[in-house]
Amino acid sequence: MKIAVCVKQVPDTWAEKKLDGGDKTLDRESVDGVMNELDEYAVEEALQIAEANSGEVVVVTMGPDKATETVRKALSMGADSAIHIADAALHGSDALATSLVLAKAIEGKGFDLVIFGSESTDARMSVIPAMVAERLGAAQLTFANKVEVTGETVKIQRVTDYGYDEVEAASPAVISVVEKINEPRYPSFKGIMAAKKKPIEAVGIGDLGIDAGQVGLAAAASQVESFESAPPRAAGTVVTDEGQGGVQIADYLSAQKFI
Amino acid sequence: MAEVLVLVDHVDGAVKKVTLELLTLARSLGEPSAVFVGDGSDAAIATLTEYGAANIYVADDAELGKHPVAPKAEVLAQLVAEKSPAAVLIPSTTEGKEVAGRLAIRAGSGVITDAVGVDPDLTATQSVFGGTVIVKAKVGTGTPVITVRPNSTAPEASAGAGAKEAVSVSLSDGAKKATITNKVTEEKGARPELTEAAIVVSGGRGVGGPEGFGVVEQLADALGGAVGASRAATDAGWYPHQYQVGQTGKTVSPQLYIANGISGAIQHRAGMQTSKTIIVINKDPEAPIFEIADYGVVGDLFNVVPQLTEEVTKRKG
Repeated sequence: MKIAVCVKQVPDTWAEKKLDGGDKTLDRESVDGVMNELDEYAVEEALQIAEANSGEVVVVTMGPDKATETVRKALSMGADSAIHIADAALHGSDALATSLVLAKAIEGKGFDLVIFGSESTDARMSVIPAMVAERLGAAQLTFANKVEVTGETVKIQRVTDYGYDEVEAASPAVISVVEKINEPRYPSFKGIMAAKKKPIEAVGIGDLGIDAGQVGLAAAASQVESFESAPPRAAGTVVTDEGQGGVQIADYLSAQKFI
Repeated sequence: MAEVLVLVDHVDGAVKKVTLELLTLARSLGEPSAVFVGDGSDAAIATLTEYGAANIYVADDAELGKHPVAPKAEVLAQLVAEKSPAAVLIPSTTEGKEVAGRLAIRAGSGVITDAVGVDPDLTATQSVFGGTVIVKAKVGTGTPVITVRPNSTAPEASAGAGAKEAVSVSLSDGAKKATITNKVTEEKGARPELTEAAIVVSGGRGVGGPEGFGVVEQLADALGGAVGASRAATDAGWYPHQYQVGQTGKTVSPQLYIANGISGAIQHRAGMQTSKTIIVINKDPEAPIFEIADYGVVGDLFNVVPQLTEEVTKRKG
């Protein structure tokens, strides 16, 4: 069984995220990058499925050179090899272009499963797994909090507002997993050392048969026109409870017509 | 006036509030038409008409309900091709965003997610990076596909023509590859859905344990609100993970958010700081959450919250 796990390097959760004043894209240079937290669950799920089905896990990422750190982390957790798509032409790519690049990097390589985290903590669109499924014509099994693989059959529990749907498909399938589906392992010292020797294939868009005009900021189908810092919230009233705190809040809620 | 398609969010024909918000918003952009996929359209037509739908496109072939996400995208893609609408508005829910993504590929359109407003020229406003930055963005290619967050527009009734038109779609092979074999409803009582609720009452580390959520739930029920939790509380197993509000959980933007025993780490604020009114109860006067409070009480939540619940119940009479 061959599994692709798609990971993204994002600004550290604690970093202040900023848009670049010039081209209005996320400034990824001035902040520390980490593996998107939800992708750690995707890597763990891929490893567990591979371990149970004597499979192979290939890490796939699209991002600038520094995203290699995130690739190494996935390799040190136990993935076998990686494909790193880095190309100056990709800067500013929208979801349409990103899904195209990932689909082109994945298709034709015989993957049975493609696993994603359900969203990135920077853009937070959570559309890429569905878009890659659409492009590959593969089954979409997304927002899984449980994945069961039996031979060619893949079953998931898809999280819904009311509980969950049980969804089933034959592989190949595109899966996205939600937080807490598993407990991502920490890379061991041995894993970190082994990762240094694992192959990372560097891929440009030309290798994928993609033209520079199809990707990047200039090709984006939507444009950021302007941005500004959100106005700070007006300072509120803070009181110390002296026995009437609940009543004081109720008075405030009454004044605001909530009750 | 150009048509603006609105994908109806419903459960067996019971229309969700966000649909009425989107129909209201669509009226400011053009002529709103509702797109209903699934069973139960008869129950929905009166409501959709009341909120302004000029046309109601109904796709109710049983096959459509058997597969997740893709059928809705393909119904919309067909309507985009046939009706050339000015835009497509979709609720910014988990499924809605996925539908938008697949539709964008099929229609060759740009997609904008998580809009909190859309101007008449179809410029969308987004609140990004946990509500710290406001972005204006516009789709430049194809029919704009925009997902809009619940609670972005106040729904207002204004009757439309409500002309029903049946839509027949033959699904692609790709759409049929994943099959829903069972739908499981988990007990959540009578509380509104977290992302759609006008009032959210949340608990964090200060709640102290699973039993501590009792006072949070009682306040939520007195106010008719949903219950949320911080990551500290869900990580500790005190409250189910699907109620987590924050950067890795749900994003909510209710009229009223009451944070109980939550310190206000960036991870949590990212999921709630666009709430209209924020009330904070925390015993630590230094808790960063007070910085975004409209009204805050420094005190023990186990004293303050039950008193507030009692007061709310009394005043609602």
